[in-house]
Amino acid sequence: MGKRVAVVGTGQTHHRSKRPDVSIPELVREAVDRALENAHADLGAVDAIVIGNMEHFEGIHLSDLWPAEEAGLWGKPGFKVATGGTTGSSLAIAAYYTVASGLYDRVLAVGWEKLSESAGETTTGIVTAFDPIYERPTLAGAVSGLAVMATAYQYRHSIPPGQAALATVYARANAMRNPHAHLRKPVTVEDVLASPMLSTPIRLLDMCPTSDGACAVLFASEEAVGRFPGPPAWISGVHSCHNHTYLGDLCGDTPVFLDTLTTAAKEAYRQAGIADPRNQIDVVEIYGPCSWACLEWAESLGFCGLGEGGKFFASGAPAFEGDIPWSPSGGVISTNPIGATGLIRVAEAAIQVRGEGGDRQVPGVRTALATGFGGSYWSEVMILAREK
Amino acid sequence: MADDKPLFVEAASVLHYRYAAGEHGTRFLQALAGRKILGSRCAACGWTLVPPRVACAGCFRRMTEIVEVPPTGTLVAYTQVTFPFIDPFTGETRPIPYCYGMVRFDGTHNTFQYFLEEKDVGKLRPGLRVEAVFREAREGAIRDIVHFRTC
Repeated sequence: MGKRVAVVGTGQTHHRSKRPDVSIPELVREAVDRALENAHADLGAVDAIVIGNMEHFEGIHLSDLWPAEEAGLWGKPGFKVATGGTTGSSLAIAAYYTVASGLYDRVLAVGWEKLSESAGETTTGIVTAFDPIYERPTLAGAVSGLAVMATAYQYRHSIPPGQAALATVYARANAMRNPHAHLRKPVTVEDVLASPMLSTPIRLLDMCPTSDGACAVLFASEEAVGRFPGPPAWISGVHSCHNHTYLGDLCGDTPVFLDTLTTAAKEAYRQAGIADPRNQIDVVEIYGPCSWACLEWAESLGFCGLGEGGKFFASGAPAFEGDIPWSPSGGVISTNPIGATGLIRVAEAAIQVRGEGGDRQVPGVRTALATGFGGSYWSEVMILAREK
Repeated sequence: MADDKPLFVEAASVLHYRYAAGEHGTRFLQALAGRKILGSRCAACGWTLVPPRVACAGCFRRMTEIVEVPPTGTLVAYTQVTFPFIDPFTGETRPIPYCYGMVRFDGTHNTFQYFLEEKDVGKLRPGLRVEAVFREAREGAIRDIVHFRTC
């Protein structure tokens, strides 16, 4: 696995639908300042930086150049990571690789997105991620892509929509505990089922919002961890898994949809010595972009059996007080600055392990799991633990 | 700025692209003009994929054999899009609502994502038999297929 690596500092903005008061570099600086403050360090304590967003949304390229000074990249080694929805988790993994390799001891990962600046056309940007000849004519971005997956899942396992709605209900209840969350308003199952249909069976309240926000996470090697006073969150398992290019290949003879999460989780569990994920993991921060995906992915992660995602959510197990609290931050259904979203999952998992969660702290967390989702159904998994 | 009201700068990018369909893609699109659906068949694992491509999705070996597949297939998954958004093809709002789905052509091993004729999403279900409906005036483009209808 290379050198052992820990998260020693996290910072994020107060995510909102619009941040008209700041430019992109200013937004990035807020998160960087907060991460350094949390780590009790300054930019002098950072050896290298990885930074990224999903560039189409703001229509700017060289997203490493724009906020170079605000992110602390000036005069330092660094590179841009842009893998679509997984950008944030890829940033965490890239920073982890850079430290684990022994090349640098202290690497800052910075993810950001200012979706309000694309005049609300997030879907247009996402459509351009897919094949221009065969799949763009029909695709309506992440919403319809996830909807196709949801209809297949719903039909295969006869899932009542009210069970999927619970994923939103729990997420929004958790967001009330998190001052950084974007949508801080509780909703009921009835509210979700009465909200406008976007793409069958996904309704407005089933789906994540578009947010403005940034996140920064500082990773340190085992030799450097002692320089930072806070408790380290040790990375014990990491895996990134890609899928087919064509959406049409994802539901043919190739395994259905998000088998990448099953694969990534299995490998990360192996690294972390996790044989029974439901009992050995204390809290999860899942890149669940819509309620339906949360149900199916609970199965992929091994928290329940195949086809039991609906029952899993109905059982209350993923609620804040349940046995495996699901995104106590409010998750992606409450907050979604896309290029930062995956990094926020890692930051929130680290916050839980370090006991810094405040009102959203789950008691006694020793092991936390963070995931990333994006591209053509790619998955990334990172496991963080209190013990080295 | 006496009232401290945040200022914005407006910008609109109009970018034009020409995507090469490629060797297999060109044959596929040309065949549509003749009401034919082509796929690529893998000599190594035997999978047939539509549209045809150079790398097999099953075993990743190079695919060189092009085969015709029937215009009939099975619906595997679907949705009805009911929210408005700007279509990156046209720069205009895409007309809604519309149904599309993943169709597995008979004898193939993947699915093809395309429009469905059915307007009532309640009548769609996985396993439905469908067939491609071709336009009268065809030009060797993906839109030579109007949609898939229930058969």
